[in-house]
Amino acid sequence: MAKIIAGVGCSHVPAIGVAMDTGITHEEYWKPVFEGFKKSREWMKKQNPDIIFLVYNDHCTAFDARCIPTFALGCGAEFQPADEGWGPRPVPSVKNHQKMASHIAQSLVLNEFDITIMNEMEVDHGLTVPLSVMFGEIKQNDEWPSLVIPLCVNVVQYPAPTGNRCYNLGKAIRRAIESYEEDLSVIIFGTGGMSHQLQYKRAGLINSDWDKRFLDLMTKDPVGASQITHLEYLRETGSEGIEMVMWLIMRGALNESVTEVHRHYHVPASNTAVGHIILENDA
Amino acid sequence: MTKKEYDSIPGTIVFDASKSREGYHLNQFCISLRLQKNRDAFNKNEEAYLDAFPMSKEQREAVLKRKWNLLLELGGNIYYTSKLAANDGINFQNLAGLMTGMGVDSYREMMLKGGRSIEGNRDKSEWGED
Repeated sequence: MAKIIAGVGCSHVPAIGVAMDTGITHEEYWKPVFEGFKKSREWMKKQNPDIIFLVYNDHCTAFDARCIPTFALGCGAEFQPADEGWGPRPVPSVKNHQKMASHIAQSLVLNEFDITIMNEMEVDHGLTVPLSVMFGEIKQNDEWPSLVIPLCVNVVQYPAPTGNRCYNLGKAIRRAIESYEEDLSVIIFGTGGMSHQLQYKRAGLINSDWDKRFLDLMTKDPVGASQITHLEYLRETGSEGIEMVMWLIMRGALNESVTEVHRHYHVPASNTAVGHIILENDA
Repeated sequence: MTKKEYDSIPGTIVFDASKSREGYHLNQFCISLRLQKNRDAFNKNEEAYLDAFPMSKEQREAVLKRKWNLLLELGGNIYYTSKLAANDGINFQNLAGLMTGMGVDSYREMMLKGGRSIEGNRDKSEWGED
């Protein structure tokens, strides 16, 4: 049977992708950001997962204002990196494990999570930046080391799904994956955050104390984290900090008890606090 | 209009369903600039390009005059308006420098020093606003 072996939380700041694509990661500004992913890349190589189940949000790329699904699961064979207004990122296209994706789609709906099914979809920095930071530079004509099943969550138009809903969706995703008959190893990513506000007069807000408490909760008290209100995210972590509900989907798919094997936190990357955590399921 | 619990957060516009409705055509215009052929057409003749999007007069003026905060007040969302900014060669960080009124350099400096503190920035009363 397929098995979820670990979860990864990480920010998906577009400027991080730009820094990698333009080869400036060694510069003073970026060095401390990437330093924190060195250990993660070694860890990824060691885990060598067959599949990454990647929870992220689209930034009006695949979904503009015409259609705003709360949860959309990528079921197509392949997803091309999108042009977000400055040309597509020079990274490989993202290949799906379609059989598992369709199994998950069916299982989720029968477990009362009525997701949208996407058979054609472009993917933006929300999905490709986490792959890049965790795998390192991969040439455009090479392949990502793992297959990827994308789950796209609306966090652009308020309200995003509640933390509690996301946490429970994570549990349903785990049931779906672990009822898939092939022996495949899966790592689930929850991406976005941490504290940041990109818009209007309060832009630039960072709340490091809050972020660090959230990382603690990820490890030790996920149920507590799942009860954080939308108002608290908006007020304490900035209007875009609410992306962190996506980490709860990842966390819901893990055991109650996990081992934190790595953590990284740095301010700033552009307008954002970069947070990262790796959690392994206790046997 | 019904008061919402997040209305008390200072310097913040929550892009909710009501804002989304108000800004629909404005946002659809902005997102069209994701593609090069549309950017070319817009840059060739802004007024003519905007005719295809039935936005309000106020929204149209705010686009032409690049009033970044007003665009948000009129229903624009940052992930959309940032496409208009990108077309002008303004990235997210520099756009934030403009929206906060701090200017690009002092905004960048603030971020390097750890960003805007949450202290004094939780509630409108702390900004001397209602």
